[in-house]
Order: sequence, then C-alpha cells, then structure tokens
Amino acid sequence: MSGQTRLTVIVTEVVAVNSLIKRFRFVREDGGLMPGFSGGAHTVVEMDDNGTRRLNAYSLMSDPADTSGYEISVRRDDTGRGGSLFMHNGVKPGMKMVISQPVNLFGLDLRAKKHLMIAGGIGITPFIAQMAQLDSLGHRFELHYAMRDRELGAYMKELSARHGERVHAYYDLEKQAIDLANLLKIQPLGTHLYVCGPKGMINWVLSTAKAMGWPKGALHSEEFLAPPVGEAFKVELSRSKITVEVGPTQSMLEALEAAGVDAPYLCRGGACGQCECRVTASDGEILHYDHWLSDEQKAAKTHIMPCVSRFKGERLVIEL
Amino acid sequence: MSLDDAFKDPFFRDESFFGDFSYKNSPHAVNRFPFPFPEDDYMYSVNMEPHVKGRPGSIFEHYFDVDEHYVSEMRDRARVLEQDPLRCQSLPHMTLAGWDLLELIMEKFAEEYPQWFALTKDSNRWHWINRPLGIDQKFTFLDESTLPMGPFEYITRQAQGDFTLQDQREDNLWIEAGMVTSQADWSLDFDIGMNFHEWHAPVPLAHQMGIFDRALKFLLALQHGAPVRRFNWTMTVDPLLDTSPENYHKWGPTKTTLTPENIGKRQHLRVELQTLIRLPRSNAICFPIRCYLISMDDLVTRPKWARRFHRVIKTVPDELATYKGFIRNKPMILDYLSKFDDGAPTSPGWWPED
Repeated sequence: MSGQTRLTVIVTEVVAVNSLIKRFRFVREDGGLMPGFSGGAHTVVEMDDNGTRRLNAYSLMSDPADTSGYEISVRRDDTGRGGSLFMHNGVKPGMKMVISQPVNLFGLDLRAKKHLMIAGGIGITPFIAQMAQLDSLGHRFELHYAMRDRELGAYMKELSARHGERVHAYYDLEKQAIDLANLLKIQPLGTHLYVCGPKGMINWVLSTAKAMGWPKGALHSEEFLAPPVGEAFKVELSRSKITVEVGPTQSMLEALEAAGVDAPYLCRGGACGQCECRVTASDGEILHYDHWLSDEQKAAKTHIMPCVSRFKGERLVIEL
Repeated sequence: MSLDDAFKDPFFRDESFFGDFSYKNSPHAVNRFPFPFPEDDYMYSVNMEPHVKGRPGSIFEHYFDVDEHYVSEMRDRARVLEQDPLRCQSLPHMTLAGWDLLELIMEKFAEEYPQWFALTKDSNRWHWINRPLGIDQKFTFLDESTLPMGPFEYITRQAQGDFTLQDQREDNLWIEAGMVTSQADWSLDFDIGMNFHEWHAPVPLAHQMGIFDRALKFLLALQHGAPVRRFNWTMTVDPLLDTSPENYHKWGPTKTTLTPENIGKRQHLRVELQTLIRLPRSNAICFPIRCYLISMDDLVTRPKWARRFHRVIKTVPDELATYKGFIRNKPMILDYLSKFDDGAPTSPGWWPED
C-alpha cells in the first residue's frame, strides 16, 4: 500500500503513425503490471524539456484490459509551447519517464442503452480505449469519426477490423460530413452521446443535441486545452507572499510549480476544476481560457484557473 | 458457503453479535482498538488522511484489517442477509465496479495474509482459497456465470465491514451498490440511487459548514493509488453490528434498559474506519465502512482514553448527541466516565500508551 499517484515507466515503442501523430508505449520500470483503467482516462506525462518541466495530459488509448502497458498518441503542434514537440523529437525507446496514475474525466456512463461516440481528429484516442472496454462488456456502441483525409485518419483501419460496421469514417477533403441532426434523431431512448475533438466540433455536437432535447446527463464531452502561449506576466501569491513570473510559453501553473509552490491540479487543461484559485486583486484583464468557471465568475474576475488562463495588466493577486 | 471446514485457527473467536452477545475483544484487540479522538474535544471535520500503512499490530498495518472477529462477523452477515436480502444490492451498471472490488480484496488478502488466503491466476482463470471460511473457488474473472452470485456480493460476504460503491458522473457521486449489514442506523434500500448531497442530507451542522461541498470536490478528484481514510463514531447499546433502521424496533428500545450497574458492560463505543478507494476499471469509488466495537468497561482500562472520552462526550453538542442516538443516556454515560477522569492532561494523538 502506498500513496503512489505517479508511475515510473520505460518507453518501449515510438511509432510514427502518420506525418503528424506518434504513438508511445510505456511499461513499468519495475516490471510489474500497470493498474487497470477505465475507458476515457488520461495520464499526465512529465517531461524535462531542457530544464523546463512540462506536464501534459494524454488520453490512454490502449485496451484497458491490457495491463502490460499503456499507449498514448501525440499530435505534433508546431506552434504550441513545445510539449508535443518534445514528445515527437526528444522521446526515444528505452527512455525513463514519469507518468501519473490514470484519471478519468470522460467516463462511460454504463447505464446507457447505447453509446454514441463522435470523434474529431486526434480526439479519437479516448474512444479507442472505450470501445475496447465496451466490446468486452458486450455493450452497444457506434462511432462516427471525422478527420481531414485518409492519410491523417489514424487508426481507422484497425478500428474497422476490430469493430466492423460499428465505426464510420468521414473525410473532410472528400467533402464527407456527419449528418448530425439525422444521426441524433434516430438513436434509441437511453442513448448517451460522447464527443471529443476540436472546440468547434464539441460546441456543434452539444448545441445540436441540446436543441433537440437530449437530456444534459446523457451528453459527455472532453476537450483538453493545451495551455496557450501569450505575453509574460507576474502574479502575486497572498499566502506564500511571493511574486512569480510567468513566461510566454509557460502556464501559470507551471510557473508556480517552478517556484516551488505546491498547487493542486488534475487535468492541467481547464476542465476539472482542481486548480481553481481565488483572485483577491486584479488590475487588468484576466484571459480566461478554461471551461470550468461560469461566465458570471469569469466576468466577476473572482477566480482564475492557473493551468490554462493568463493575465494582462498591472497587478494580479491570487490566494495561494 | 461452508464455515465448518477442517481448517480452524484459534485466532478467530467464536462469538455472537445478537442474542447472548458473546462478542468480546481480547486484550490484544483492546490495545489496537482505533480510538478515534486525537484531542480532548470533538467537532466535525473532513479529517481525511492518506490510507497508508501504519504501526505494526495496529489496524493500519494492512490495507484491509482482518481481525479476530472475522469468522463470526461473516457468519453474522450471512444471518442478516438471510433475513433481509435487500441489505445487498448492486444496480446493473455497477457489476464492473464489483469485479474491481473483488480483485482488490482478493489480491490484498492473499498478499497480506498468506496463511489464510490464496489467489492464483492463469490469465482470466482465477483460483481463490479462503481457509477461515472454507472456500475454494475456481472462476473466470469478469464472467459472472462462473461465480455462485454477483462478484460484489460474493466478495463482500468474505470481507469485514460494510461496503458501498459510488458511480461518478455529472460531477457527483451516486451510491449504486452496497453490502450493508453492520451500519450505524442507515438503510441501503432507502439510499440506493441517491447522490452525495442527498444521502448526507440527514447529517446536522455539517452542511452549513460547507463540509460536504468540499468533501465532494475532494472525492471527485480522488486518484488511483492514493486511497484516503477517516473515522466516524457513534454509541451502541450491546455489541450489535446490525443497528439498521429496518430493525430499529428490536434494538432501539434497548437504550431504555441501561442502568448505572450495566452501562459499563453494555454501552459500546462504535468506531467506523471509513476508507475511500478509486477503483480502476469502473472509475467508481469504493467506500468500505469497517465497524469496531468496544465496551466502556474495556475502554476505560486505558487511562488516556478514559480521561479523553469523558471530555469528548461532555463537549459533544446536543444536536450531534441526538443524531448519534445517545442523547437519552448522555448523563448516565458521563456519570460513568467521570469516575475515570482525574483531570490530568492527556498526550496528543490517539495511541493508548503514547
């Protein structure tokens, strides 16, 4: 028994799936089995990028029943802060890394009579694990997977082989699109809807479903925000009585951690609410990027999510 | 389930939790009793701490504590279930969480008590041996048809303490499976399907303090590999595990039969060790509620506990004493305990000899 929320792992495989996506496989350094996990879970991968500590969350895509290792896929973002570039260029087989135990913020609702899944691009990864789990449980599911073209349609072949008619592909460049309104109309009562992909797609799917009267509890979505880059700023911590400088490609949470502040976190992508901080003074504009705070809270400038949000102005003081 | 197997370990007491109430703690069990008060006064708090291994010999030595009452407690559970099968319920979508719990208990029991339990695995073909209860079971993991009953009921008939399983969805926790035969006056059949705020609604004071909002936020983020624990406590007349609302008519009136002569023997402090564990495959939260009972006569054999318990009972607000069900006998309890409190200071923490 231990209070162990991190796992030391060895990278055993790095596979270039296509020109943008690489897949990584991790096994435990001590040779033991990985903990089982639930479809939809992610792990936070810790990176030492030339002295900068980065922690990025990636969905687990391997079969949850396979406890010999975990797999993730990383899409390279050439204009991002560098986490995905580090994974693509810096991570090689044999390397030792530290990852978190699985955390699931996109869980399956096993009460569902049917699971309807809509994926966009790299948003496919949590569904790969979920479908493997649903398949072994004998639950009914159907996937609709939109991607730019056949080259980038990572995993479509494998999924077709495994799940046959239950997976449907849509290629943007071939002018194919999900007929969402019709798809939602023909679902049996008790269907749960899951969407993971770009922000625009999530908004489109959720708003269409809401407008058609789908119950809120039957709608599930996951969007990890990569912390955006921006201008450097300073934040004062009222309890620790220190001022921390946040660099242009650093998130506020990363800057706090680099300064030795033990700030709570879970998803690091603006979704889970764990890192929420109270703002005690703000002379300027808080750039809210999360989807945790309500619009009222954002407008009131009373809270900030340091994992993704930034600040522009004279002075920001948070309670930490 | 046969309890009269050839295997007999004298460690396990043969005792009853009803009728003649032959339940008793050995001196060893008294010494390791989880006295839940680290200070001389008491108020609610979330009081969570990591569930990590503690002192050898203490109830924290193992992930799950199997003690001298194990066999008799399991027999009492079977008796209660026979009278009222609704004490164990698992909604259909919680079966996977039941397997998660079965795996956890079997693995921990086999690893930590190899003299009593063994688990061997050949892929999904598992072989489980529970010597104290005389069980030898081969089955296929995740295949319900290979067990005599659902995985949750199967394993919780072999583990001390009540268990509930909470599904996590819509930023809330939903109590949707439970094995509840040793409860402090709450009903699984009534609560099943409720969310975190609904099932805590009867608790006084804590809502206004915002305790449940904070506790829920904490639990939603509970991580694999980092279980937590806390204590709760109440008072029970006679060592009765099944203080259920369903049977209140049987045990409620016993509160009126306490006298200054019998109170030391019959009034028990009831302590619950509550653990919270994130389960892997289902992402559900498992909540084992392990009940420990000690008579006041046994409790006062440790001078530090005797002094402190008197001071705690004195400072418990009346709302709480009412909720915990001992307001009627509070003066008599205080009279009894006052004889063991000389006013001397007590050392911090709850270990008896520190």
